[in-house]
Amino acid sequence: MLERIKLRVFRGTSEGGADKAYEVRTFPGMVVLDAIHQIQAEQDSTLACRWNCKAAKCGSCSAEINGKPRLMCKSRVEDYCDENGEITVHPVKTFPLIRDLVTDVSWNYRKAEQIPPLTVAPDTPRPFRMQQVDVDRVQEFRKCIECFLCQDVCHVLRDHNRKDGYFGPRFMVKIAALEMHPLDVLNRREQLRNEGGIGFCNITKCCEELCPEHIHITDNAIIPLKERVVDDYFDPLKALIRRIRGLPRGKRPAGPGRPRSESSPR
Amino acid sequence: MMEQCETFEHDVLVIGAGGAGLRAAIAVRDAGLSCGVVCKSLLGKAHTVMAEGGAAAALGNMGEPDDWSVHFRDTMIGGQFLNNPRTVEIFAKEAPLRVLELEEYGAVFDRTPEGLIAERPFGGHTYRRLNHVGDRTGLELIRTLQDKAVSLHPSFHMEVTVTRLLLDSGRVVGAFGYRRDTGTFVAFRARAVVLATGGWGRMYKYTSNSWESTGDGAMLAWDAGAELMDMEMVQFHPTGMVWPPGVRGLLVTEGVRGEGGILRNSRGERFMFNPEYMPEAYKGKFAESEEEAARWLEDKANNRRPPELLPRDVVARAIYKEVLAGRGTEHGGVYLDVTHRGADYIRRKLPSMYEQFHALGDIDITRQPMEVYPTIHYTMGGIWVDPETCATSVPGLFAAGECAAGLHGANRLGGNSLTDILVFGKRAGEGSAAHAARAEFARLDESQMEAEAAVLLDPFQNPGKENPYTITMELQEAMQEGAMIARTQEGLQQCLDRVLELQKRSRNIRVDGGRAYNPGWHTARDIKFMLKTSEIIVRCALERKESRGAQWRLDYPDKNPEWGAKNIIAKADGDAVRLTTRPVPEMGPELRALFEEVK
Repeated sequence: MLERIKLRVFRGTSEGGADKAYEVRTFPGMVVLDAIHQIQAEQDSTLACRWNCKAAKCGSCSAEINGKPRLMCKSRVEDYCDENGEITVHPVKTFPLIRDLVTDVSWNYRKAEQIPPLTVAPDTPRPFRMQQVDVDRVQEFRKCIECFLCQDVCHVLRDHNRKDGYFGPRFMVKIAALEMHPLDVLNRREQLRNEGGIGFCNITKCCEELCPEHIHITDNAIIPLKERVVDDYFDPLKALIRRIRGLPRGKRPAGPGRPRSESSPR
Repeated sequence: MMEQCETFEHDVLVIGAGGAGLRAAIAVRDAGLSCGVVCKSLLGKAHTVMAEGGAAAALGNMGEPDDWSVHFRDTMIGGQFLNNPRTVEIFAKEAPLRVLELEEYGAVFDRTPEGLIAERPFGGHTYRRLNHVGDRTGLELIRTLQDKAVSLHPSFHMEVTVTRLLLDSGRVVGAFGYRRDTGTFVAFRARAVVLATGGWGRMYKYTSNSWESTGDGAMLAWDAGAELMDMEMVQFHPTGMVWPPGVRGLLVTEGVRGEGGILRNSRGERFMFNPEYMPEAYKGKFAESEEEAARWLEDKANNRRPPELLPRDVVARAIYKEVLAGRGTEHGGVYLDVTHRGADYIRRKLPSMYEQFHALGDIDITRQPMEVYPTIHYTMGGIWVDPETCATSVPGLFAAGECAAGLHGANRLGGNSLTDILVFGKRAGEGSAAHAARAEFARLDESQMEAEAAVLLDPFQNPGKENPYTITMELQEAMQEGAMIARTQEGLQQCLDRVLELQKRSRNIRVDGGRAYNPGWHTARDIKFMLKTSEIIVRCALERKESRGAQWRLDYPDKNPEWGAKNIIAKADGDAVRLTTRPVPEMGPELRALFEEVK
């Protein structure tokens, strides 16, 4: 590896800014966050970035490295240096900039507030009994470290800025973890279909590809949720049975097949 | 006259939003009071997220005769009887309730074949007792508590750093600090304040702690006149990563050893079987051959556990001695090998370890051993609190979790911190709520806020040239060299001199830039807390002239029963540190009987 590399880091605020180049020393195993820390300590202590654990467990240091949404603490510099020994580091694009690499992600916290918590039937026997096979999928979703990189890459939020219509992949995963919890009794499909805006997702899988926790966001969360929504709202046979029997919209199981059309539910 | 500053009013203000702070906030809201929660970072990013192995609570789900009394005994023995027995009793009795409650809030633990919460073995615990989710239990805890707290609508103040508690006639009535994003000041008026700010592992060079662990809570309490206890007790986790340099110190969960991980030196010897490393209190309770240890993996009822599962202080010292004796690895550690458990099992039970070594260390732990060495991990000492209510020695001020003292004594058992934050987070919330119901709001004293504002703004005008990052690094080196795992009078004294010198230099810190999200400026204030905390740690370590738990004095290598009966209390006396001792609270006859039963 090169002894010294060059980092081009965005410096600025919502009012404007530009890349600034810094030269840093490398060492074995160095990650991009190490390079940022070196700049702060030795060249410019005003360079703003978020970080906490430096172990890919807290999801704070999200940024765009050479244009790719990544955790800085998990990105080895040798993997991102171009032939000139240069790396660019920009803030995530989908959320408003505060300063340098720090963005305002508060929209995500407001969405989280809209999702009702686990709701268990009061007469469920205690302590809970659940089989491992029945919670494997839920545990996959609960690995999420809320780095919001999936939100950053989602074109509905990133390119179309439809934060008014779609909760984004992070919260599809969160709702999936509740919807597929063996003891949850709440019907979450109406929320998914309406304010959650699940129909906006057209399954490009960009989020799934970059999830640092390797959660199968699209395959295991969004697609099955879409199936459940479609089952409830668009299956003509079930709608007929429902009308005849006067049954409420059920909670599970997921119906077969993929949804045929993916038009916006609005 | 000071600049405008935002002011908020809450019945209870909770400072810190890790597990203890969030659990306290839930209790305050359950009591029907208004609650503000200050997070130094974004919500859900606190240090709790890094806990891996599990939460210790005697649920007895594994077919072993576990109950609170065994957990009580294990915790007292592990803490070398420096713990407050009443604190430990409350803890062991309430821990199972708090873990089961998490399931109601939405946590999804690993399951037993019967569908109950699965519990894994851990160092110093007689039975399988660590309720876990793979090796990411801390994430599960914080997210669960975060979701529950959010549903109860306290006011969250994210990315706010509190730097001073505000007093009225000796009572805590509020707090003062700044917003990271704008750098503007913010004040809180409260009837009671809970400190839940975590530990201070950032004082050391090789640490498993995040940047937030700068000792804010202990120092806020210190400046308010509260007593600190047993500050010399700083835990070194036996297994931190050693290579590559960028991740040196990063935690390797004890869960690896819980799942059968084997420690070997560079000669291939499984050195934990060396009888020299077996403490008197644990003799006869551990496997005496590698064959027995191997059988234990499959049959825990009829075999004793491997000696890799001795308490952390014991294993950390053994690794230190192996490396010192020249039996270390290429990068100065020892090997930790779990490959015999098979790739599928490892990836299921230790997924974050697999990912961490794969992504950051180029090691596949299903095929290669890890290199490990002790890393600073936890602070047993902290703010003195009453075990029932978590009240500190200052009226209106409460503390819970790692910043408080009393539960872990001289050495914490793995898994006890995650249940500590649940049990005492709740008690601190309830204690502060009960206090708040009786206490009135007080007017905030402008002069205290102005004084703190001046401290905060000084680095922008200071004519000095000191860089806050340089001082931080020098402090970390001083503490790493002088106040690490093996301590001596001489080393500690030199360390103290360096810390005091750095305190002087810190008065000349200068920072550039403006107040909006300026990390250099934030560090300039953090380092003041770190320097004072370090001074207190070193002075207490000099004072305790014995070896006990985490305090290992090469010049006083044995336990001293006189010291074993004393807690060291530190209190501010102007700028000076005043140390006194106080007898460790005695066990009542019922608790004492628990030890006689075993004999």
